[in-house]
This record gives sequence, structure tokens and C-alpha cells, in this order.
Amino acid sequence: MHSSLFLSGLLLLPALGAVVALLVRKQEGRSYVVAVATAFLELVLSVVVAFTYNAHVANAQGFDFAYSHVLSPVLGIAYSVAADGISVWMVVLSALTVLIALLAARDRRRESAYVAWQLLLLAVTVGCFVAHDLLEFFIFFELILIPCYFMMVQWGGEKAKAAAMKFFLYTFTGSAFMLAAIIYLAVLHQQQVGGALTFAYGALAQVTTSTAAGVWLFVAFALAFGVKSPIWPLHTWSPSTYAEAPAAAGIELSALLSKLGAYGLLRFAVALLPGVQRDVRPVMLTLAVISILYGSFVACTAKDLRRFIAYSSLAQMGFVTLGIMSGSVIGTEGAVLLMFNHGVITIGVFALVGYLERRRASVAMADLRGLQGPMPVFAGLFTLFMLATMGLPGLSGFVSEYLVLIGTFGTHAWWALVATLGVVGSAVYWLWAYQRAFHGEVSTADASLADVSHAERNALWPIVALVVVLGVFPSPILNRLGPAVTSIVSHVATTGVSK
Amino acid sequence: MTLHAPLINYLAILPFLFLTGAALLLLFMTALTRDRLSTRVSSTIAVSAALGGFVATFVQWFEVDHHGATTTAAHAIVMDGFSAVMCASICSSLVFALLIAHDWQGRERFNGAEYQMLALLATSGSVLMTQANDLVLVFLGLEILSIALYCLIAFNRRRYKSSESSMKYFLLGGFAAAIFIYGAALTYGATGTTNVTSIAYFLGTTHLLHPGLLLAGGGLMMVAFAFKVQAVPFHFWSPDVYEGAPTPVTGFHASIVWGGAFAAMIRVMISGLGSQIDTWRPIFFGLIVLSTIVGACFAILQGNAKRLLAYSSVSHSGFILLGVWTGTAVGVSAAAFYVLTYAPVVLGSFAIVALVGGVGDSNHELEKYRGLARRNPWIGFSLSVLLLSQLGVPLTVGFNGKFAVLAATIDAGNIYGAIVALVGACIAAFAYLRWTTGLYAAENLDQPALVVPWASRVVITLAVLYALVFGVDPGLLTSIASHATLLFQP
Repeated sequence: MHSSLFLSGLLLLPALGAVVALLVRKQEGRSYVVAVATAFLELVLSVVVAFTYNAHVANAQGFDFAYSHVLSPVLGIAYSVAADGISVWMVVLSALTVLIALLAARDRRRESAYVAWQLLLLAVTVGCFVAHDLLEFFIFFELILIPCYFMMVQWGGEKAKAAAMKFFLYTFTGSAFMLAAIIYLAVLHQQQVGGALTFAYGALAQVTTSTAAGVWLFVAFALAFGVKSPIWPLHTWSPSTYAEAPAAAGIELSALLSKLGAYGLLRFAVALLPGVQRDVRPVMLTLAVISILYGSFVACTAKDLRRFIAYSSLAQMGFVTLGIMSGSVIGTEGAVLLMFNHGVITIGVFALVGYLERRRASVAMADLRGLQGPMPVFAGLFTLFMLATMGLPGLSGFVSEYLVLIGTFGTHAWWALVATLGVVGSAVYWLWAYQRAFHGEVSTADASLADVSHAERNALWPIVALVVVLGVFPSPILNRLGPAVTSIVSHVATTGVSK
Repeated sequence: MTLHAPLINYLAILPFLFLTGAALLLLFMTALTRDRLSTRVSSTIAVSAALGGFVATFVQWFEVDHHGATTTAAHAIVMDGFSAVMCASICSSLVFALLIAHDWQGRERFNGAEYQMLALLATSGSVLMTQANDLVLVFLGLEILSIALYCLIAFNRRRYKSSESSMKYFLLGGFAAAIFIYGAALTYGATGTTNVTSIAYFLGTTHLLHPGLLLAGGGLMMVAFAFKVQAVPFHFWSPDVYEGAPTPVTGFHASIVWGGAFAAMIRVMISGLGSQIDTWRPIFFGLIVLSTIVGACFAILQGNAKRLLAYSSVSHSGFILLGVWTGTAVGVSAAAFYVLTYAPVVLGSFAIVALVGGVGDSNHELEKYRGLARRNPWIGFSLSVLLLSQLGVPLTVGFNGKFAVLAATIDAGNIYGAIVALVGACIAAFAYLRWTTGLYAAENLDQPALVVPWASRVVITLAVLYALVFGVDPGLLTSIASHATLLFQP
């Protein structure tokens, strides 16, 4: 069992960094340095945690670094953190996302406040991933809205305000029902076991529900996570949000928030309600397949690059949902790996879109033509990320997508078969978009566009390295998330059958 | 025949004595000095009395903790954990309300002590309602509160709307009081007593063959309470009165009047008529559904900050009713906790609304708030925190309040009520968000920044600190609220 201070440190470091960044706001550019340093330290610390993580702590179901402190015994409010093989990688992804967002999308308008919001976003995201208490998770989950909302309102354009409102209301409404579900579970636990009201993950995992109640609970959880993830038909907030968010916030929204939804689906909706999985799987798998196909289809018609990424993400997150709901160890492992990989790739793609926006006002598909000529390096990077998303063997996207499809095929073959069409679909919409934007005759205005600068290129090296390395050597991640995934899936399999 | 004066435990009525005593003192001072009393003097005296009352509730608290809850004055007044907590909330709210009013009086050049006197008297009525264990005393408290409040609402004689809304509130409030006393009379007819505990005892030991009289009496009292707490469909006066009243009075109304009315409602309905819970629960359910949904829907439509906050407090009433619906000790303490979480936050909001209102107290359109955070970053931040707390965002105290009543009501089996209330909260979120978003718009930047006088600054800072500190760690507040139990709980 490792020291409990690690996770609290991961949680506090960015929060402190945000305060310091605000304190040094008088000196030009100082807060930016503080923010980058904080995000870098956070990344180092999270990698240390990921590699020292020990899955075999006694009686902890794969959870390490546990620490718990009850704040209000009356209401059952507690601070409780622990990490398993899934959460440690999500924490690494969070730190990486914010670091790259800071490096690749610097925005000098009221910089100290902007970087402080980003660090706060990092803190609450990490809080979501390490929370070991349902109420605490809910609190962090809701708090995510605050930095996102304020970043969009203050640094986005005029349309961003409407988009931010839509985003806030969608996610707030989705999670409201989750709050009711969480309280209901805790009350049920109190009635079955007795004792004080508690929302501890371990305690609520032992609750047994009737099938009808279980289905309703699942629906409440799935609504909250389906909005965040997003899953068709709850995705409608995402294109406008992706399109209107300021560059750095856009990277963070697209790379991180969707992972939160998928993480919550696996950790709570699946692991806490094993009894109803067999009933809800067909529905969820169908929604996942629709997300894949619908996302691929609409991506072909997207008006601009940002909306294109939103729909592409919808399709990719459909694969994640497919893996999570497949009920197989391999499929779920693939889904978690895909969460990580898709996060990494999205950072890269979104950063590239940000670079392009620095050079020309519009990223509308209709305006882009022949960019390969003036911007070869840009086109090269774009190609790499594109191929990784499409699932080209040797790049990171392939391994995870393959595992998802293999795993799902073993348990739910028909859905896997239809989902495979999505792989073809992703090749279609990516290549078509690439052709339109990068091939052809470049317009005179765009002929003088500068290629990516050294600084811009350097910010993306970690992403490029991860995309290549994880394509051929994913085992450091897979080894660590294996026990956690196996524990969840086998728990669902055994408990689910016995009912 | 000799008349025996009942024994009185003066500790139990100490907050009441502080408040009325200070009001009388101010009255005498006004009569005895040649010039008008300066606002500074009258505010100091009134705030000291409110603080005195606040401290007295702590003494009451320890007394109840060590020696148990008691009644006094022929069982008409009760001192229990619930009354102490509600009293503390009301007295501390009065401090805030007086500080807001102090700056407002300076802006509007209302010198003198009348405002402070009326506020003290109204608050004493509210305090009496938290402690009343007798329907007659509830009525007394209600009337002391209301009559002073009619004057307070009409206080700004230069504003036509002020008098108009006072008249409206007077007419409807008069009806509500009459309805209450009629209900109390019918209840007396049915049970033979006006004492809340005796009513409970009578109903617990007697089977009424013809409960019609009791049903009518309880129903009428419920209507009167619903009127006072602005539960839909008895809320129609509230937006007009909130808009018309001087802003400090609106804040006063949203915290002190509201708290007192809820305290009396909880005691009468749960302590007194708790055995009839199966009869009144469905009606409360209806009130919850209507208040949370209608309040939220109309809040969205408002273009005026004060009217928006009126509908917002309607929907907050719906949330507290979730706690009352349970009829359990957990529900009661959750409701008390909700009052504790809401009152300082709403007063902080009204402090800012009063500042933006400016001289003449007239700039209350939401348009006027656009760009406020750019001009006054600190005020903008504070208003965002206070609005988000009312919205119920985690790590603000408002979330904990909502969470407490939801947990209590789900615990008692009211899952549908909880879901409806959550839907209402999501709708209301739009109203708060629209307001908050406007604060950060890059508009009206040429207008001068607001000048924030020290008293308002104190109120706003304390409210924001309160919202954030107890939002992060509500342990202290919840443990206090969990001891806010009624003397008699069926």
C-alpha cells in the first residue's frame, strides 16, 4: 500500500498553482511560467503514481493510494481518494492535456486568469478520476462545468456565450438525475446495512437492488455520462461547444471531458449495477453503434474543422462505449486504452486546428484548399494523427480499436460487425476531409501561410511520440489497467448471472 | 378569582427582548433628541441588538444541549434546538439586512431611526414565530412581523411602486392573517386547545369521528403559511412586492420573513398536526411540484433582477417544503439547514442588487448588470459565487442545502418529489446562468465602476466567504442543523 499523500498531492498541486498564478499576475508572463511548471510537475507526479501503482493491495479491489476523511457525518459528505489501474492513466492524460494545451495554445488576453482556470480544471478533473466516494465524484463532476463555463464565456467569441449556456444546461441537467440516483443508492445502503449515511464507493458497491430500481438507476447514471461522453442522441451540445471554445479550452474539452463520461459509465453505471447489465446492454450497444455510424456520417458533412473533430469524437467515443458495454475483459481494456489514445490524438488534432486559426480566421471546410503546399510539416502532423485515429496498424489507435472490436465480437457479435463499418467510415470521412483541405490548388491568400514554427512543433513532440510508441508497445498501460478491468468485468459477470 | 401570572424563563425570550428593547430605546431617543437621530447611531444600536440576540441564541443552545428543551409562559413559548437555530439565522440575517440598509439610507438620504425601529420590530415578530408553541402566539408574531413590514415596504415615499406594493402586500397579507386566525379558531373548535403540544396530545389520544372541523382549520392555516413562504399558487404577490419594496427590505423579506414563516409552519404542521401527516402530505407534494417548477419557469422569463430573485425564492421554498414533507426529525433539520444556507447568500445578493440599483433604487434590469464583472471584478466575482450558490453548484453552500433536503426526502420515500425538484433546479439554472453570463459581457465598459461603501463590502465579503467555506466543509453547519430538533416530534 502506497502513501495516501500522492493523490491528495495530485489534487492540490494544480489548485495551488492556480492561486500562485493569480498572485504573480502583476508581472507580464509570470503566471504562464507558473502554470506550465505546475502542469509539468503534475505530469511527472502522475507518471510516478502510474508506475508505482500496485494493483495487489490487500482487500482493496485493485485500489491503491487510498485515503479517507469524513467531513460531515450527518450528510455523509467525505473526502475519500483512491486510484486503480484505470484512474492512474486518466490522471496522466489529464495532466498531459493541460500541459500541451498551455504550450500549444497560449492566449495572452488576461493570461493569469485564463491559466488559473485551466489549472483549476486540471484539479477538478483529477478529483473526478481519484474520487472514491460517489458524492465526492458528483461534486467534482459538477465542478468541471465552472472552469469550462467561465473559460468559454470570457475567452470565447460572442456565440460562445450561447454555446456555454447550452453546454452547462445539458450537463447540469444530465447530472441532476445522477444526484438523485446516488442519494437513492446511499439510502438503500443505509436501509440494508444500517449505520450512518455513506457514499463510499466500496460500501455502495455492495448494495443489491431490484431489477426495476436498478434499471432506473442505470438510466440516471447513463444520462449523466451519456451527455458528457457524448453518446447519440445526447451529443447535440458538443459541436457548438467545440466550435466556439477558445483554443486551449477546446483542447481540454475535447480531450478530457468525453473521457470523464466514459470513465463514469464504466466505474459507476457498470460496476455498481451488475444486476441490470444484461438488460441494458442491447440498448447501450445499439446507441454506441448509432453513435459510431451517425458520427462518421455527419463528420463528412461538417462545416468546419472543429465540428468535424466533434463528430469524429462522437464516433470514437461510440467505440469506447461499445467496449465498456461489451462485458468482456478484452473489450473493456480496449475501451480504456482507446480513451487514453483518443485523448492523446485529440490533443494533437485540436492543437493543429488552433495553429491554423492563428494563421487564418476561418477553419470552415469550404475555405480550406491545398494547404499541403505552404504548410508541409503541418500536413505531415495532421496525416499522422489522422492515420492514428483511423486505426492504421503500428499507430496507437489501431491497438485499442482492435481490442474493442475483438472483445465485443466475442460477446455481442452482431453489434461488433456493424461497428466495423465505422472503421471504414472513419477512413472515408478523414481521407475526404484531408483531400479537401490539403490537396488541390491553393488559393492565393493561403499560398503565403507560414508553416508550423519550432515552438509549435516542439509542443507536439510528446503527442507524436506517444502515438507511435503506444502503437507498438502498449503493454505499460495494458498491464496496469488489466487487473482493474478484470475485477470490474468479473464482478459484473458473477453477480449478474447469480440474480 | 385571582389571576396567576405565568412563570417566565427569560433566557427563552432573550433574543425577543433584545430586539424589542432596542426598538423602544430608539423610539425614546428619537423622542428625546432635538435633531433627527443620525443613521450611524441608530444602525449601531440596532446592529448591537441583533448581535446580542445572536449571542443569546448560543446561550439558549447550550441550555437546550445540557438541560433539554423547555416551554415557558404557560407553555406558549418554546425553547428547543430548532428555535435556537432558526433564531440565530434570523438574528444574523438582521445584522446583514441592517448593514445593507445603512448604505442605502446614506444613498437615499433617509436620516433617522424609523427604518431600524421597524426592522427590529418585524424581526422580533419573526423570532416570536420560531418560538411560538401556541396558535395565538403564532398569530401575534405574524402580525407584529407583518404590520412593521407593511411600513417598511412603503418606506420609500418618493417611489410610487413602493407604496403600491405595500398596499398590495397589506391587502393580501391581511387576508392571509385573517385566514390563519380563522383556521386557528376552527382548530381550537376541533381540539379544544390552541397550544401546539396539546393539540398533538389531543389528536394522538382521541379518534375524531368527524374530522371536518380539523381539516378545515388545518387547511386554512396551511394556506396562510403557504402565502407567507410564497409557495405556488399563493405566490402571486411576491414578484410585485419584491420589485416594489426598497431593495434592503426585499433582502430582509427573503431571509427574515421567509425564515420565520417556515419555522412557524414546521412547528404547527409537524409538532401540532404531525399525526395528520397522511392528510397534508399530498397537499405539500402539490405545493412542492408547483413551487419548484413554476418558480423556475417564471424566473427564466424575468428581465428584472428583483423579480428574478422573487421567483427564485419561490423555487427555494419548494425545496424546503421537500424537508417539511417528510415530517421526520431528519427532514426538519434539513429544512433548518436549508434556511441556514440560503439566508446569508440571498442577503449578499441583495446587497449587490442594492448597489447596482444606485441612487433612486431603480436600476434593476438585468441589462444593467452587463459587463459588471469587467468594471468591478470583485463584485462580479462575488455575485457569480452567490448566484451559483443559489443555483446549487457543488462547493458552494447552496449545493449542500439542496443535497440535505433531497437526501432527507428520498430517505422518507419521496423520490418523485426529489426528481421534480431537481428538474426545477435545472430550469432555474438557466435564469442564474443568464445573469452570470451577462456579468462577463464586454459591454457598458465606459460606465463608471460602482462605489462600494464599507457596510455593503462587509456583507458581500462575509456572504461569499460563508458560501465558499461552508460549501467546502459543511461539517459545522450540518452538525448544528442536525441538533435543530423540535420539542415534540410525533
